[in-house]
Parts: sequence; C-alpha cells; structure tokens
Amino acid sequence: MIQPGLYHILFISAALFFIGVYGFFTRRNLVTMLMSVELILNSVNLNFIAFNKYLWFDKMDGLFFSIFIIAIAAAEAAVAIAIIINLYRSHKSIDVEQAEELRY
Amino acid sequence: MNDFLTLMKPELALTGIIFLLLFIKIGKGMGNERLLLLIQVLLLLNFLTGFFFNKPGSLFDGMYLTSGLIVLQKNILNLAVYLISLLFANWFKKSQHMPEFFILMLAALLGMFFLISSGNLLMFFLSLELATIPVAAMANFDLDKKRSSEGAMKMILSSAFSSGIMLFGISLIYGATGTISFTEIPLQLHGSTLEVLAFIFFFSAFAFKLSIVPFHLWTADVYEGSPMAATSFLSVVSKGTVAFIFLSVLYKVFLPLQMLWYNLLVIVSIATMVIGNLFALRQQNIKRFLAFSSIAQVGFILVGISGSSIQGTSSVVFFILVYVFSNLAAFAVADAIASKTDAEEIDDYRGMYKTNPFLSWVLALALFSLAGIPPTAGFFGKLFLLTAGASKGSYLFIIIAALNMIISLYYYLRVIRAVFMEKNENPIEKITIEPSTKLALVFCSAGIVLIGLLSWIYDYIESLA
Repeated sequence: MIQPGLYHILFISAALFFIGVYGFFTRRNLVTMLMSVELILNSVNLNFIAFNKYLWFDKMDGLFFSIFIIAIAAAEAAVAIAIIINLYRSHKSIDVEQAEELRY
Repeated sequence: MNDFLTLMKPELALTGIIFLLLFIKIGKGMGNERLLLLIQVLLLLNFLTGFFFNKPGSLFDGMYLTSGLIVLQKNILNLAVYLISLLFANWFKKSQHMPEFFILMLAALLGMFFLISSGNLLMFFLSLELATIPVAAMANFDLDKKRSSEGAMKMILSSAFSSGIMLFGISLIYGATGTISFTEIPLQLHGSTLEVLAFIFFFSAFAFKLSIVPFHLWTADVYEGSPMAATSFLSVVSKGTVAFIFLSVLYKVFLPLQMLWYNLLVIVSIATMVIGNLFALRQQNIKRFLAFSSIAQVGFILVGISGSSIQGTSSVVFFILVYVFSNLAAFAVADAIASKTDAEEIDDYRGMYKTNPFLSWVLALALFSLAGIPPTAGFFGKLFLLTAGASKGSYLFIIIAALNMIISLYYYLRVIRAVFMEKNENPIEKITIEPSTKLALVFCSAGIVLIGLLSWIYDYIESLA
C-alpha cells in the first residue's frame, strides 16, 4: 500500500479548486454558487495543511492560516446568505438569470 | 504598551467611534439629524487628530507596520470618509438605518487601515476581508430597491470568488517560500514556475478589487445599484486603499519578480484604459458613466505603479488625494440631483446651468479634474503618473496612455456640454442643498484647484515615499 504524500494531497486540492471554479461559472443558483466558493476555500485549507505538514513543519503558519480561513468563510457566508434572502424577497427567486435589472 | 497606543492610534480611535455608535443604536437612539451631526464632529476630530503624535514603528513581531507615508495614507482615507458624511447628508437623514450604515462603513475603514499597515500575509488577508464584506452589506442599503440587492449580490459573490483565488495564490506562495512575512518572502523568491503561478493568482485578486480589465465586469452593476454613498465609498476609499497596498506589495514583497509584474502591468493597464474609455463613451446613465470613467482612471494609476519605487509611490498617493476630491464632488452632485428629481440620465442634465449654477460649476470642475485639464489638480496628478511610468523608458506605453487621455476628454466634455450649452425646454428644477453639503462641495472645489497649485504637497509626499 502506498502512503499518501504531498503530491497526492496537492492533486486533490487542485482538483477541488477547479471543481469549485467550474461550479461557480456553470451553476445558476446563488446558494450553489456560494457552495462552490466554499469548495475553493477548503481546497486552500488542504493546501496550507499539506504544505505545513510535509514541507515547513518547524513553524505553525499554515495551520493558523487555515483556522482563520474557516472563520472568515463563515462570516462571508453569513453576509452572503443575508443578501441572498433579501434578493429572494424582492425577486421571488434565487436564480441569477432572474436578477437582470442591471445590464449594459 | 505606550508604543501600542501611539502606533495603533488611528485604528483605536476608529474602534472607539464604532463602539460608541453601537451603544447609541442599542440604547435609546437619537434623531437622525442630531446623530448625523455627532458623527460628523467625531469624524472631523478623528481626521484632525490623525496628524499628531505619529511615529514610525512595528508591532506584533512585524505583523503591523506604520510609517510617515502610511499615516498620510490613513489621513487621506479619513478625510474621504468625513467628506462622504457631509456630502450625502441628505440621504443619511432620510435613511432609516443610518447608524448601521456608519458602523459598517467605519468597520470597512478599520479593515482598510489594517490592510495598509499589514506586514504579513495573514494580516493582509484578514484585513482585506474586513474591508470588503461590510461594503457588500452597504451596497444593499436601499432595502426596497431591486437594483440594490442585485448589485450587492454581484459584489459579494465576485469578492468571495476573488478572495478564494487570492488565497490559493497565497497558499502556493507559502508552499514555495515557507513563510508568510512580507520581509522574508522576497529573500526566498527565485522566480520558479510555482512562484510565477502563485503570483498570477495573487495579482488577479488585486485586479478584481481594483476592477482592472478583464476583472471589471462587476463594477458598473454594483455602482449603479448601490446607494450613492456606498458607491462613492467603494470607488474612492476602497480603490485608494487597494492601490496603496498594491504599491507596497509589488515594490517590497514581489521585488524579485519585477520583470514579470512590470510586463503584466503594462498589458492590463493598456487594456483597462482602452476598454474603460470605450465603454464610458456609450453610457447614458451618469452612475454607470462614472463607474467606467473610474475604471479608466485605474488604468492610469497602473501606469504610475509601473514606474520606479519612489516616483511611483508618490505619484499614486498624490493622484489618489486629487481623486478623492474630484470623484466625491462628481458623485455628490449626481446624488443631489438624483435624490430630488430622479434624473440619472446625462440627457436630463441639459440646460442645468440656467437653474443650478452652483452645482453645474462644481460638476464642471470635478469633471475637468478627472479629465486632467490644467490648471485643475487632476492635470498634475496625471502628469506625475505618466512621468513616473516614463521613467522605465517604454515610451510607446506612455504614448498610448496619453492618447487615452484625449479619448476620455470627449466623454467628460460631453457632460459639460450638456450642462452648459444645450438648450432644454424644462431643465432640472432649482435644487436646494443642505448647508453642510454645500460647505463640503466648496471644500472639494477648493481642493481640486489648490492641490495642483501648492507644490509643497507633492514635495511632502515625495519626501515620505
């Protein structure tokens, strides 16, 4: 059996990142778009922890960074959900295609 | 302890004001007029005390840095927020949630102060989020308008996405260098492929925040949808801050990758100027027009940033100072008109000079300054930016920038022509504006004229840079 190394984890986190980006661009539901952003942030967390464990284990910078990212992601999601609820009240929908008042 | 109090004075003062407002909001509350007056006095005091008892230094093991230049940048931002509280007094008095709006605005300003002072990628990321999340909430403050919530939605999603991209870049930088401190990163950068990739991710997040082409698409929608006070905060204070930190990140942290970022800057700044100008040409709505003109202005700021360190820094700080006065004046005039008559189209402004000479003159001065016509300060701002950019020796780039200034003249003058020369059967009625707003408009106009003529201001900035 192969022990998982840095490359395996980096591969997973890069895949998660691009799944998140793909989801952000293709999904039309606002909550799903927000979930895609969370995927991106979690891939970053994985990156930080993997780098910290395998490459720079003498200091804890990466671990701390990922804790702060988790906290900030929660704050960001709270504000985003509040805005989406308000959008739902005015538009009766959370589909981005319905929010089309502002155009060129 | 003493060091802590003097070095972090701007942040501590702001925190004090935020808590005071929170307690007032939780407690009995006050009438909007009295509370607005209190806030204005507090912000004025905050701005004035910013000039005293400053000294350079660093705190928390280099996480928090301050210097003469950083204090000056914070003072410029303080001034801009004080002016916003005066210029949009009319809107604030009518707003049902004025204390919350100021709490959010000052919280964002606090984040921007920490952002300018940050000496560490963790601090940088935290303060950048503190500086953007409240702004998205501010954009939603016209609660019953569909446009406002749509603009806020676009802002929060694009800023969350861009911070995700930036974080991915930061994690790669951490992986490549093993440190997140601004002083240690340049020692570890050698220009490997991973570092270049990380830098491009990092750069694109800055491009989102500064609305550099091709990441500019959210700008016009957010500007049009938000209440005018939030728009002006976003376009002046937020952009100014990101430009300031962009300077120190590029010149200090990514100095080893200088060739890379110079070429990137040249390409995106040409694209930003050209596309911002071309879209501004066809706008009819005054807010969208100002949004695209501000995109074009960012292109010129990038020309300045591409120059050498000292000239680049001083010209950008000087330009932001001028930009505060001219852009805030333009937004305030547009807001005064839109709030009284609902007129937001440029065609509605025809013949305005007959009925509102004061507002027309202020608007004309502001637009002249944005276009860069002498003797307004905007001319000197653009001149210094282009000179700083020319110091690298790529004259073709500077010629393209200068040609873009000529294109921008067309659309700025189109508004002025509508205001002063075109005839209209029923122009906008006579608008009475608040005394405090009038005072601030006079102050802005004086700033637009005088900052360019008083040469010691630029010398002072250059001595700090």
